[in-house]
Amino acid sequence: MTSAHVGLAPSQSPPTRLLDRLNPLTRVAIGLVMLVPLVITIDWLSAAIVLLGELLGVLLLGVKLPQLLRRLLPIFLVAPIGALSMALYGKPGGRVHLDWGVIVVSDQSLALAGAVLVRVFALALPAIALMGSLDPTDLADALAQILKLPARFVLGTLAGVRMVGLFVDDWRALGQARRARGLGDQGRLRRWASMAFGLLVQALRRGTSLATSMEARGFGGNQRTWARSSRLTGADAIAMLVTLLLAAGAVMAAIVFDTLWITG
Amino acid sequence: MITAESWGWRHAGRKAWAVRNLDLTIDPGERVLLLGASGSGKSTRLPALAGVLGSADEGESTGTMLVKGKHPTRQKGLVALVQQDPEAAVVLHRVGDDVAFGLENLQVPPDQIWPRVSESLEAVGLDVALNRPTSALSGGQKQRLALAGAIAMHAEVLLLDEPTANLDPEGIDEVRGAVGRLVADRRTTLIVVEHRVQVWADLVDRVVVLARDGGLLADGPPLEVFHRHRDALLEAGVWVPGAPLPVDGDGFVPRDHPTAPDSADFADPVARNHHERLLTTADLTIGRHAQHPVQRHLDLTIPAATSTVVTGPNGVGKSTLALTLAGLLEPLSGEVIAAPAIRPPAARRSLMRRVSPPHPITWRSRDLLTRIGTVFQQPEHQFVAATVADEIAVGLRALGTPTAEVTARTDELLEVLHLTRLARANPFTLSGGEKRRLSVGTVLATQPAVILLDEPTFGQDRNTWAELVRLVRASVDEGRAVVSVTHDQAYLSVLAQHRIALTGGPDRHDDEATTPGRAGAPR
Repeated sequence: MTSAHVGLAPSQSPPTRLLDRLNPLTRVAIGLVMLVPLVITIDWLSAAIVLLGELLGVLLLGVKLPQLLRRLLPIFLVAPIGALSMALYGKPGGRVHLDWGVIVVSDQSLALAGAVLVRVFALALPAIALMGSLDPTDLADALAQILKLPARFVLGTLAGVRMVGLFVDDWRALGQARRARGLGDQGRLRRWASMAFGLLVQALRRGTSLATSMEARGFGGNQRTWARSSRLTGADAIAMLVTLLLAAGAVMAAIVFDTLWITG
Repeated sequence: MITAESWGWRHAGRKAWAVRNLDLTIDPGERVLLLGASGSGKSTRLPALAGVLGSADEGESTGTMLVKGKHPTRQKGLVALVQQDPEAAVVLHRVGDDVAFGLENLQVPPDQIWPRVSESLEAVGLDVALNRPTSALSGGQKQRLALAGAIAMHAEVLLLDEPTANLDPEGIDEVRGAVGRLVADRRTTLIVVEHRVQVWADLVDRVVVLARDGGLLADGPPLEVFHRHRDALLEAGVWVPGAPLPVDGDGFVPRDHPTAPDSADFADPVARNHHERLLTTADLTIGRHAQHPVQRHLDLTIPAATSTVVTGPNGVGKSTLALTLAGLLEPLSGEVIAAPAIRPPAARRSLMRRVSPPHPITWRSRDLLTRIGTVFQQPEHQFVAATVADEIAVGLRALGTPTAEVTARTDELLEVLHLTRLARANPFTLSGGEKRRLSVGTVLATQPAVILLDEPTFGQDRNTWAELVRLVRASVDEGRAVVSVTHDQAYLSVLAQHRIALTGGPDRHDDEATTPGRAGAPR
């Protein structure tokens, strides 16, 4: 072990980005708060303000633009589909540009389409930029130490998450084994049902052995210490404040410029 | 340190006692090797000592078992347990966190945790970054991680339950070396269970042998126990150091390269000889994921009537090769080609896919049964039935074999595999060695021309090992090609007629006939 590690609580990566100095809980909270203006309104201005604010925010936090665009790629494919259907089938109003029976393209439906397009991006951006790279271990630390969720629950879940990767391998092996045993020609549904049962058996076995290992290392009491403390700092406070201002500002702007539509 | 008085343990739902009438005292600093025949309850004792059995829903105990005068469940952290499966002990995502886990549970103040973590990792020689993902560790490294987690808790007793059974020779050395360093202070008590006595014989100073019907068969210094109780130990299946292999090394000669063209009558396997190539590969590249090929450009042959062994360090792609040869994993590029004699008729497999007779990956599942059989590394993966007898019958039934014949063949195999008394048991409740034999039996049942075995001797004591080797030899004598992926040196010494040695370095591998001790003249 290199001496550099002695006495240090290691984290997944050195905190070179501002983003890494935010507590995982803050990152989740930002995503949730940003939902509020987007869900209660359906106009284009509030969504655009939120999106711009978010974009500026995550870039300031140190997320690289090319990386961000790459991860947003699926949204570039999905969002236009949503917008298009709004443009064609949205509630008509104002000047009508096209009228083919069910399909009516009007000023209002076009505005709706624009609002939906921006909104989808505004919804996806914090989820992808802030929560997509969340480390489960860091989140668990925060849930147990800050939100005071029971250690048994949090650590049990964390240890369980590690097993998910193993299940993928198990599933593949089960499929291969059934083929080797002459049972691979059955219909897919029947085969999957019997494989699912096999996977359940495996899961129980793994779960039991994991529980044994955890108990052997003294897990079980509610009193324990934490090798790495998870704390909320000034950075978290500032990030939350900015988030709240942005959310409120977006709704206010919509009211001031009279573009506000409330859902419902 | 540890005292047991007429102690016994029975798993919930089992009639027989796993251990009973055990009287034993182990002093601090002693190094004890615990032996016994398969099914004498060795592995049961270890979790019990670690304080993790013992709750009423898992089974019941009789008598007393005390660690430092207290019940083991009240001495958590004092006793460290390392199990067979390296995966079993890993709890968290990062190496450092995993070692720290036990310390946190013992409520060690945070500022003392990381120094202790680093010390422990150093003590077991695991020189990786604290934030290294545990999933990236090799088997030997995972076992040392488990040891580090235990030492960090200042465990005074190390309980090792076949810690090297799943490891390659390199991993065995790593773990053996780490344990040797840990007990060098003569303060740490060591209790190790292992069939392969050789690994630990010169580290321990006491050997305890459990009798199958309860109580002790022998107890004393290694040399004395091995000398005085040699015959009883051999009979119990213990790998006594220095004893000759339980099967004859003669009469099973290495093969030269198969050279003759493919020809044979599939209906009569005995007519096959080792000049017939049942499987060949052409510029084969293999891997479980397209992005990560593990071996490239393989040109191999699998000759009939020959025992082929695949060797190489962990992670080099041996199991992947076996799965690819078996027609279970699609080659990333290149081909696996079956000899004309074992090709199935061309047929439609489903709407989308047709059988291409030379390529096993395209065959129907049922076609594989009589042609290429596979025993998986983890026997549990291939169990599909509720009883041992049904498990063997599954393949025969899929082939549409008449019921009377299925029963006869099943009974015969159960007898050969020494599983008759377990015919009605659930396959998942068998011991590790029994599961392994059953999985071999499921493949033998349909008499495939090629048999692939992934680590066939894992967890076997000396007696069941010998039975497996005899089964393999009998299959080879019947004209079958048997391909074994193995680390087992003893197995190699009697079954390496044709060796495929995979390495991680250079890209190209060709197979070679091995010549242990004598020139490899064709028979």
